[in-house]
Amino acid sequence: MSPRVVKTRIEFEGEVHEELALVEGEDLASWPEGHAMAAVGKPRRRIDGFQRVTGRAHYTADIVLPGMLHARILRSPHPRAAVRHVHAARALALPGVRGVLHRFNMPKTPFRGEDSIFRSEVRFVGDDVAAIAADDEETAEEALRLIDVEYEPLPFVVDLEDAIREDAPRLEEKGNVTQSESYSRGDGDRALGACATTVQATYRTSTQLHNCLETHGAVASWDGETLTVWESTQSVFDVRSGLQRALGLPFSKIRVICDFMGGGFGSKGGAGKYTIVASVFTRQLGHPVRCVFTRTEENLAAGNRSATLQHLRVGWRDDRIHAIEHVSYSNSGQGRWVASPTGPTNALYDIPHVSTRSFRVVTNAGALSAFRAPGYVEGTFALESALDELADRVGVDPLEIRRRHAGATLDVQSGTPYSAKRLLECYAVGAREIGWARRRTAGGRGSAPHRRRGLGMASQIWGGGGGPPAYAAVHLNPDGTAVVRAGTQDIGTGTRTVIAQLCAEELGIDVDNIRVLIGDTDAPFGPISAGSLTTASVGPAIRLAAADARSQLLGAASGLLEVHESELRVERGHIVSRGGRMPFREVFEKLENYTVVGKGARHPNPEDAVLKTFGAHFADVEVDTRTGEIFVLHIVAVHDIGRIVNPMTAASQVEGGVIQALGFALTEERVVDRITGRVLNADLEAYKVPTVRDVPKITARFIDVPDTKANNIGSKGLGEPPIIPTAAAVANAVANALGVRLRTLPMTPARVLEALAHRDSADTAGPSAG
Amino acid sequence: MVGPSGVSLDTVSAMSARPRPTSFVGPGPVDVALDVNGRQVTLHVPPRRTLLDALRDELGLTATKKVCDEGTCGACTVLVDGRPVYSCMTLAIACEGRPVETLESLNREGALHPLQRAFVDHDAFQCGFCTPGQLMSLVALLRENAAPTEEDVKRAVAGNLCRCGAYPKIVAAGLAAARRTERAERLERERA
Repeated sequence: MSPRVVKTRIEFEGEVHEELALVEGEDLASWPEGHAMAAVGKPRRRIDGFQRVTGRAHYTADIVLPGMLHARILRSPHPRAAVRHVHAARALALPGVRGVLHRFNMPKTPFRGEDSIFRSEVRFVGDDVAAIAADDEETAEEALRLIDVEYEPLPFVVDLEDAIREDAPRLEEKGNVTQSESYSRGDGDRALGACATTVQATYRTSTQLHNCLETHGAVASWDGETLTVWESTQSVFDVRSGLQRALGLPFSKIRVICDFMGGGFGSKGGAGKYTIVASVFTRQLGHPVRCVFTRTEENLAAGNRSATLQHLRVGWRDDRIHAIEHVSYSNSGQGRWVASPTGPTNALYDIPHVSTRSFRVVTNAGALSAFRAPGYVEGTFALESALDELADRVGVDPLEIRRRHAGATLDVQSGTPYSAKRLLECYAVGAREIGWARRRTAGGRGSAPHRRRGLGMASQIWGGGGGPPAYAAVHLNPDGTAVVRAGTQDIGTGTRTVIAQLCAEELGIDVDNIRVLIGDTDAPFGPISAGSLTTASVGPAIRLAAADARSQLLGAASGLLEVHESELRVERGHIVSRGGRMPFREVFEKLENYTVVGKGARHPNPEDAVLKTFGAHFADVEVDTRTGEIFVLHIVAVHDIGRIVNPMTAASQVEGGVIQALGFALTEERVVDRITGRVLNADLEAYKVPTVRDVPKITARFIDVPDTKANNIGSKGLGEPPIIPTAAAVANAVANALGVRLRTLPMTPARVLEALAHRDSADTAGPSAG
Repeated sequence: MVGPSGVSLDTVSAMSARPRPTSFVGPGPVDVALDVNGRQVTLHVPPRRTLLDALRDELGLTATKKVCDEGTCGACTVLVDGRPVYSCMTLAIACEGRPVETLESLNREGALHPLQRAFVDHDAFQCGFCTPGQLMSLVALLRENAAPTEEDVKRAVAGNLCRCGAYPKIVAAGLAAARRTERAERLERERA
């Protein structure tokens, strides 16, 4: 059957796009609720666990090729400067140095709208200036110090709020501030004037650094014909596209591989400058070239979650939220886009009058990149804090206020029905698990006289419906085992295992008899592992490929056994007919190397439904009023994402999201010196990511009812939902405990003490964040 | 918040309590005789070469990961004299005559070590990049203390960062492995 073209709606990182999709054949209906399952829905150990616990999993940083050279990058010490000259003769004279690349000798390499990866004007401390290839890393490092660069320093600004001011150095022709998004419904902000009660507040969040434990890096190898690149990436196909643009090679001459990957939270979305450096060097020098970031480079030049400044006004009328206004500024550094923190305000609650605007602010700091639910984490903190402030003011329980506005079954923006929505059930489960009934408006006494205890909660909305294109192939071997090939990658979420479970379910064989080959552009296309879309995009294609293989298998068996196909079915590795059961391999032993190849393609999303994930987090905290320390005692995280394929790895996703969110809420903050433009904590000592000591009791709960309208497996994504509402829930619990609100993240002990000291002041914002 | 350097300070003081006889070597490459996973090897490396780089680059033992290279994350944890050290903060020449154990030593006969088995059973990792360091910290703990409390397990891995946030399951796996190991030892004692 030849493919046909249809339109489909896909949501990625908070933005909805209408796209064209090629459709072939018919989709399967989702497994219905209550359908008996053999592999799906069962907790399953990871199929690549052995490799990961024995050190036999080879990550990009572990790849060693014969004759491999090592590249290092020279980075700007200035936040903004013109690069006048690069003198590399002394570096090239160092024994062991093989090559140097810089602005004045680099081949044309189009990259993110510029003609070369080395700019004529460097724009942040850590910006790429030159690169060295040498026999070993130490030599390359030493050679960097021998490159003389003539810089002409230029005026700069690194801080979000400094950059907004009229007298700030102008970094772009259009100015430093550009509107990136606006939305309104009802009478917008005019409706606020008609409200009996209005709450107005300003919130700030800090720049969060991803700190994937495996730093960004690539190993490139040119054999004269084909460029093979191993890269620690969330998208082998996007790395391939980036290399095609930069190097002008056709797709057929580029292969990108990512077998095991040491952590990706949004910043590993495509080819980086280091990928291009390694690729240009390997083509010039005829050796494989490795370019892997140090921890410092990772924290200067690999992206971040933008700091934000957010103003909210919420109006109350006739016992409901009548109107809301949300204006947000994000520090995009040298980034070309911005994640919009106003998304949850637009989409989460049934509020008649909404007006939101989001602004991108450029500064001389490293570019932002997507960081796990970009925008929504920052925006949910502000929105859900403001709702609690309103609840306090009007004397309504915070959970009750949300219940009044969270029941809509039609998408509040488009009026189209949700495919499924069980947010009110999330509230009920969460309230029970945390013991919401014991919450008091004035908080409670803690475990000591100077300690206060409080409860708080917050809601979550996010996409996660996925969509086409995504493909899979299932090769069914004559011995009854199978190999699945798909162009996705496992960044630590357990994708390999989920794919094996889905394939096993449809094929009727055991998970242990399935090998999953992913992380390679030589496989059929698969999307980026981001936007909580992998299971919902790739999963349905896997199921279709397995179903195709099974149907071909039954057709062949029918011929071999001389039984009509309709009388045959597949069950646990056997062909079952009225006459009895026969293992696959017995049926096929005469066929030797003939292989059944099933293929599957993700079908479009339903036209008449909006796909969203929902959830709610509840926090129980204790605060020491003498030291300002916040002790999170318990987080209950309830999520509604449709069917859970693997409850064990799903719980891991939730725990990990909550823990990363606690870092954002309590300890993580990039600090940039305003005078020099330098990042003062580009390391893991002064930049505090959570340790085992910082982890509270975490209860993960799923509604786990298949979303049968969403796609043929009934599942939506879970990568991002669990990081979205935690910080807001904790902030609301802290406010409940103390009777004073912290409006700046992270809520460090210093900010808690400051807030307590200014208890009577209207705005408790602490020092602004870089 | 407990800083991730807790273990490193511990291990640094343990190292300095046992100084090598003072003799000056370098700056050029020198011979270093090491005992790595029970195998005797001689390397010819500059004195400044860290144990981490010697393991990964000279011996091809890549289970041990380089994450910060400055003693702040614990991903490079190996055992020297049976005690956990950050191999990025340890010079290869300082390990002469002292047994070095890496993750590769745990399952040489193919069967998983009880800790490795528990990590798989409890999903005590996501991307797996910190896992070798977590495991070596817990190997050291279980050798010293066959029946650790939850607090002991947390202390043992307090210097091992996990950005994916597998901590709850790392603690559960550590406790489960301890129970399994202790039970096995008890059975063995009863038989004897």
